Amino acid sequence: QVALLDIDICGPSIPKMMGLEGEQVHQSGSGWSPVYVEENLGVMSVGFLLSSPDDAVIWRGPKKNGLIKQFLRDVDWGEIDYLIVDTPPGTSDEHLSIVQYLGAAHVDGAVIITTPQEVSLQDVRKEINFCHKVKLPVIGVVENMSGFVCPKCKNESQIFPPTTGGAEKMCQNLNVSLLGKVPLDPQIGKSCDKGQSFLSEAPESPATLSYRSIIQRIQEYCDQHHFQEEKII
Amino acid sequence: ERSHLAGVRHILLVLSGKGGVGKSTISTELALALRHAGKKVGILDVDLCGPTIPRMFGVQDSDVHQCDSGWVPVFVDQDKSISLMSIGFLLEKPDDAVVWRGPKKNALIKQFVGDVAWGDLDFLIVDTPPGTSDEHISTVEALRPYKPLGAILVTTPQAVSVGDVRRELTFCKKTRLRVLGIVENMSGFVCPHCSECTNIFSKGGGEELAKHAGVPFLGCVPLDPQLSQSLEEGRDFIQEFPKSSAFPALAHIAQQILDGASQRSS
Repeated sequence: QVALLDIDICGPSIPKMMGLEGEQVHQSGSGWSPVYVEENLGVMSVGFLLSSPDDAVIWRGPKKNGLIKQFLRDVDWGEIDYLIVDTPPGTSDEHLSIVQYLGAAHVDGAVIITTPQEVSLQDVRKEINFCHKVKLPVIGVVENMSGFVCPKCKNESQIFPPTTGGAEKMCQNLNVSLLGKVPLDPQIGKSCDKGQSFLSEAPESPATLSYRSIIQRIQEYCDQHHFQEEKII
Repeated sequence: ERSHLAGVRHILLVLSGKGGVGKSTISTELALALRHAGKKVGILDVDLCGPTIPRMFGVQDSDVHQCDSGWVPVFVDQDKSISLMSIGFLLEKPDDAVVWRGPKKNALIKQFVGDVAWGDLDFLIVDTPPGTSDEHISTVEALRPYKPLGAILVTTPQAVSVGDVRRELTFCKKTRLRVLGIVENMSGFVCPHCSECTNIFSKGGGEELAKHAGVPFLGCVPLDPQLSQSLEEGRDFIQEFPKSSAFPALAHIAQQILDGASQRSS
């Protein structure tokens, strides 16, 4: 049972990617109902609260924090195995607030996404530092857009060249796990645009294999963690 | 007392609703292209959490100095044709995270807009983080008295990106910021081995959005690993790769900016 909470308030992409554009949030006695993609996958996003795709959420920090609090307090997720929180880029209000508001809950950790080039890694190192500062465990790093295989000649190109060793080197230096590398596949963008599951649409793609391996590693981390927790109790 | 922005002829904002679409890349390339057209350019980097501009010019280790009238921007070359200001220069260590809430960010942005001694510039390019929040509201408010030329919006071709950039357009409308046009970045990849073009991030979304919103379409910039490489190494792509597939597009965008600016001046 999975819950996906989109706290990118200014750029809520999750509804579109899940094929839920145009859906609205319903309120009941027990709170806000998430929008379900499938029986075991519920989603919440500010996107569901906007009436038009052109509506802009032009809010300063405090108002964004208020909505995040509401999301955490009022959404009736039911019993869930995984709550995944998608964040905007940065180390600011949304990030501080979500960590603060989830303080009483057990947060397994953060998965950090980067692309291979130094200008991306530069910012990701800051994000890792942020996690250390707020005592958020880092489950690991995913290197996205890692290489492209030409569909015609099958040669691989590094479109975002890892001039400083990519995520691999950075993870070594910072002693965090590299969960995996996901290659570029035009089908990924297409699936997201159509709101379809890339994993279902392109089960044989090298990107799918990468995703699945990364997801497995995350699950293993979470399982290990819980086991350790239970041992302590 | 004369404002620090009094000597700046044109102010341009580079915006996007979405992260990772290449705003900083486009800001950098635009600055280089304008420099090649003989203009003096400044870049103000108001992405406080992820300041990429210093590295793109290879000056990430520079420090910022204060003079009597304010902060001295960092010049990227001896000609002093491009100058920069970024929080990147103020960090003790490059990996230091700026973990600030809105009010603190707003205060620094006000300072960046008001206290940098830019001198005489033809163009000041303001590079922003993705979104429509504190940085954007504060920057537009602080720049309003200086009548910016307008904003360039960057998107990648696919619908997920365009979906956020539509909201950025609304931001511009609501804050009465003129939209100079839309750039569709990462628009197609030409395989260096066989020249086959693949639309990795789809195609056409930026152009469609421009049509739908009634704003100029400034052009498609293809994915070019040489461009990425140059930026990584702080080199002048425009100078080194005039034969690259991205060059004509970038030069064309710069030309449209120049035309727009001279129209406005006259």
